[in-house]
Amino acid sequence: MNDILQGLARAAKLVVTLNADLVEITLLSLQVSLGAAVIGSAIGLPLGAWLAINRFPARRTVIALLNALMGLPPVVVGLIVYVLFSRSGPLGVLGLLFTPTAMVIAQVIIITPIIASVAHQAIRELWADYHDLLISLEARRHQRIATLLWDGRRALMTASLAGFGRGIGEVGAIMIVGGNIDHATRVLTTAIALETGKGEFDMALALGFVLIGLAIAVNLALHILSRTERGSRW
Amino acid sequence: MTFRTILSAAFAAVLAVAAQAEDMKMSVTTSFANSGLADVLLPEIKKDTGINVQLLIVGTGQALKLGAQGDVDAVLVHAKAAELAWLAEGNGTHRREIMYNDFILVGPSDDPAAAGSAAQATEALSAIAGAQAPFVSRGDNSGTHKMELRLWKAAGIEPQGDWYRAVGQGMGAALNTASGMNAYIMSDRASWLKFANKGDLKLVYEGDPILFNQYAYMPVNPEKHSHAKIEQANALEAWLVSDRARELIDGYTLNGEKLFTFNAKAE
Repeated sequence: MNDILQGLARAAKLVVTLNADLVEITLLSLQVSLGAAVIGSAIGLPLGAWLAINRFPARRTVIALLNALMGLPPVVVGLIVYVLFSRSGPLGVLGLLFTPTAMVIAQVIIITPIIASVAHQAIRELWADYHDLLISLEARRHQRIATLLWDGRRALMTASLAGFGRGIGEVGAIMIVGGNIDHATRVLTTAIALETGKGEFDMALALGFVLIGLAIAVNLALHILSRTERGSRW
Repeated sequence: MTFRTILSAAFAAVLAVAAQAEDMKMSVTTSFANSGLADVLLPEIKKDTGINVQLLIVGTGQALKLGAQGDVDAVLVHAKAAELAWLAEGNGTHRREIMYNDFILVGPSDDPAAAGSAAQATEALSAIAGAQAPFVSRGDNSGTHKMELRLWKAAGIEPQGDWYRAVGQGMGAALNTASGMNAYIMSDRASWLKFANKGDLKLVYEGDPILFNQYAYMPVNPEKHSHAKIEQANALEAWLVSDRARELIDGYTLNGEKLFTFNAKAE
């Protein structure tokens, strides 16, 4: 209990004094996970919509697979990405291992199934309402997808935020592909693991509180920017 | 508009990742980094040689693996047998001893197995095994783990049973576990001194020469991995065996205790 209070106090101190290391790793956390959320959304949202409006034989299998992939263990994803991007691996010539780019790639793999699954669920319900209208307007397939994505944007934002949430709190994959290099690939979660390993629990907790605060701030900021959840609006 | 702003900002963030020329990567053991010595040496290395050494802090097993794969430019580890095997596979150019520290036995402050009164390190382990006192093992193929296994072998004991807990984690995590279980554990001195969550644990045994822990530096073989930065690796080696390094390594203390002893030989 004492550790938690000390952690809170230390977190407050780090934030108030704008500790340079804290700012650096926090910004990198944001870069990596926001980047992954954007790319994951660019893939996952249309994929979810496409799955909702199309009927094809293996559809149920594909959706079940997508749902199952939501539980992908990050450490396994990290290991696979590591093996692919290792200098001895097939993509080694790119020299991407231990860079933020590799961390983004790993997180995209982890969060895209989540974004696609949540998006699919939301679009499916919307499609039930819009089906007759869009068919009678003879909307083409890509027009249907575009309409559904736009009118379902609030639910889809939840999908993207769920993906971002998984990414920002994830440590198993980015530890392996990023390497937790100081001033290069260290992010909040890997720094927390490092401080825990040193037995510096109050510092680890302080970083943890910063991480939680960051997640809340990003969610709030997106809601404000996209003008959802306002009093006068349902 | 707002969405586009967010999008472009995120993309810019992802793309703003450029490598610098004078960077080199070195995989090191957790003990080297956790001791705090790295924080002292790295800024000086940068000042003297212009090389920005990026550390990958992992166990010895993973450190050697990263070198063998060509994902780092040099390794600094402490497990001689594994190092020699690694060199024999053509992964590195040569091995250069830099410094040593030592391992210690940590345990509950009341020392229920009386390991502290042993005359030798192997005797201390025998006492723990005899008392079936809880013992936490790294169990992660690290240098510290290999040293521990070598000692058990020297003591003629096959450690197994409820009292022997292999956690498969780094030094810090293993110390946290030992602290939680109030168990015995073998640690390098630096990690122990720097460790902040000691709980009821204390140092129970130290000093047997068998516990000395030699650190060696090995550049990755550029014939195997042509991208390996051999120039930087050689410059770093020259610095690590210099008088400047001797001064800093021998002069580094924690809570008034000297942690590392420089013992690199001039060529």
